[in-house]
Amino acid sequence: MTANRYVSTLKYSLYVITHPLDGFWDLTHEKRGSLAAANTIVLLTLLARIMSLQYTNFQFMQVYREGINIFVYIASILFPLVLFCVGNWGLTTLFDGKGKLSQICMGAGYALAPYPLIRFPMIILSNLITVEEGAFYNFALVFMMGWIAVLMICAMMEIHEYTMTKTILFMIASVFAMLVMIFILLLFFSMISQGISYFVSIVKEIMFRM
Amino acid sequence: MKRSMNYLAALIFSVSFLSGPTVAAYADDGSERGYTYNYDYWGDVQYSPDAYSTVDVYTATDLGLNKGFNAPSGLYVQGDDVYICDTGNNRIVQLKRENKNAFKQIRVIDEIKGDVEVRTFLKPTDICVTKDGYLYICDKGNNRILKLDQDLNFVMMFQKPDNVVFDQSAEFLPNKLEVDAAGRVYCIADNINKGMIKYDADGTFTGFYGASQVTYNFSDYIWKKYATKAQRAAMESFVPTEYDNIYMDAEGFIFACTTNVSDKGMDTGSDVPIRRLNLMGQNILIQNGNYRVMGDLYWGLGGGYKGPSLITDITALDHGIYFAIDKVRGRIFGYDKQGHMLYAFGGNGNINGSFKLPSAIDHMENDLLVLDSQDASLTVFTPTEFGNLIYQAITEYDAGDYKASGKTWEKVKVQNGNYDLAYVGIGTSLMSQEKYKEAMKYFELKWDTRNYSKAFKQYRKEWVEEHIGLLFTGVILLFVLPALIERGKKIKYQIDTAEIFKE
Repeated sequence: MTANRYVSTLKYSLYVITHPLDGFWDLTHEKRGSLAAANTIVLLTLLARIMSLQYTNFQFMQVYREGINIFVYIASILFPLVLFCVGNWGLTTLFDGKGKLSQICMGAGYALAPYPLIRFPMIILSNLITVEEGAFYNFALVFMMGWIAVLMICAMMEIHEYTMTKTILFMIASVFAMLVMIFILLLFFSMISQGISYFVSIVKEIMFRM
Repeated sequence: MKRSMNYLAALIFSVSFLSGPTVAAYADDGSERGYTYNYDYWGDVQYSPDAYSTVDVYTATDLGLNKGFNAPSGLYVQGDDVYICDTGNNRIVQLKRENKNAFKQIRVIDEIKGDVEVRTFLKPTDICVTKDGYLYICDKGNNRILKLDQDLNFVMMFQKPDNVVFDQSAEFLPNKLEVDAAGRVYCIADNINKGMIKYDADGTFTGFYGASQVTYNFSDYIWKKYATKAQRAAMESFVPTEYDNIYMDAEGFIFACTTNVSDKGMDTGSDVPIRRLNLMGQNILIQNGNYRVMGDLYWGLGGGYKGPSLITDITALDHGIYFAIDKVRGRIFGYDKQGHMLYAFGGNGNINGSFKLPSAIDHMENDLLVLDSQDASLTVFTPTEFGNLIYQAITEYDAGDYKASGKTWEKVKVQNGNYDLAYVGIGTSLMSQEKYKEAMKYFELKWDTRNYSKAFKQYRKEWVEEHIGLLFTGVILLFVLPALIERGKKIKYQIDTAEIFKE
């Protein structure tokens, strides 16, 4: 993939967020998007979120810095995102969804585009306004979340070629799929640690006897 | 080598010996002995130098009484005189504070004179002495409130109201009282939950005062709607909370406190343990602090104690600072007028400055007097240098001398770098001197968004006024210039393509 295509796919995100239905259709069906661009948007989202912790004026965000673990913070966005993509893919493939896993990831990545676009200016704005003028700041953030939600729904609709009701139904179902996956992961890790400790104790026992 | 080490040891020893007295003097301000703390913005406990040090603990023997106190419950200070209701011994002890460390016994009041049937007390629980010398006594066991003159002559008594609003089947057990400047009596009686009983100066009952608003949550309400009569009776009923104690501050407002609080109610803020009531009986306590006025914020199962702070008594200093005492953990909480916690100190124990079961608190100037009903003693606290600096700063601020107040807060900050109010105080002082940028720095350090916002607004205004030229240039460069260039290009294009210039 050339650098040129990367830039044009990244630029395409601006078209997608303003024309979601048309944009997400072309994203996968006309191959106008790329995973590289989607990953870039996710990275920018992470960056925006971390930078907002540090640089948002304390009038609008009070951060208890002693309690922040940056890796946990990053995982708190990435982990649900990945789980959602996998869970959604797992369900929709069973119910004639047309999307591939890579396409779902791409769609979800592009749907996050408003986050850095709004969050970065808001970080700057937060340092220029007072609490009384904070309504604009708060509105922008709420608007951003709403926008992302709409984009997410449009993305899933276009990628899987579903109706609106079916999309929303499957997004809710995806949440349950995520919960199931979390449960299985917890089970898996606890089993592994139990297994390891079993062998460790056997080895210890043998060492004692020797 | 060994020799030189010996020299060194001797040197260190002598130096430490020489500097000993100064070290001792330093330790004496209480910074290393007491258990004083505060909560920061995040609710984390920040330990602090002691704001109050114990002067002494006085038992009945120390005060020259022949009989020890027995469950004393009432304390009143008028000028230099201290009145202690020795409930278990049916007497009232009057003391005079002669100097900082000594009390002199004036008299023991156990009998009254005048035209009245019962001339002794039975379990007196509280006393109030007015400026003109009248004594008001809650004679709980005899179901009456007595008004006596200075020489203990009976003047009048306030009895159970014979009004229909008063439940006549209930026994009248006056527990705590206060008297205002006009001679009106406010009384808290046991088993009365309609508020305080208010009498006019002539003894007529004028109604209940300051009943707390009845609170209930919606789910409880729904449950009650569909419960049977027996179930309903078993449930807690929605009644106003009873008050436990009362204090009239220098401005004539009544502080009331209650120990009828629940864990949940304290968590959500529906239970209000401390109230300041206006004439209408509404709560006008200002709560501008980071946390509500409720004593301890956390009440883990530490040291055998559980549950929230139970405030049994309040006293307010003349400049509006008030102290509440918690009978569970024996702690004293100091708050300023705005509801910021100044410090918490005290605790349960046997050492001086700790309590077993504190029952009453009062103040003499800035000194605090605490009556312990189980330990049967009176503890006197006096502010340390740290405590006095805080008072000074607050007094200066209230007087409008913001610059001096800022300087004093600086001194407080030197003594305790974790004292949030010092930073906010310095910031406020800087703001009044129009040093907005520095003020913002102080507010930001202690997360004071409200004051920061105020300072920032002014700072931004100044900045814009100073850099108006720069801003205009920016706007021109951003918008006007591109437009002009575009225009120029257009004209150039028109000229280039115009018919008349064509060859």
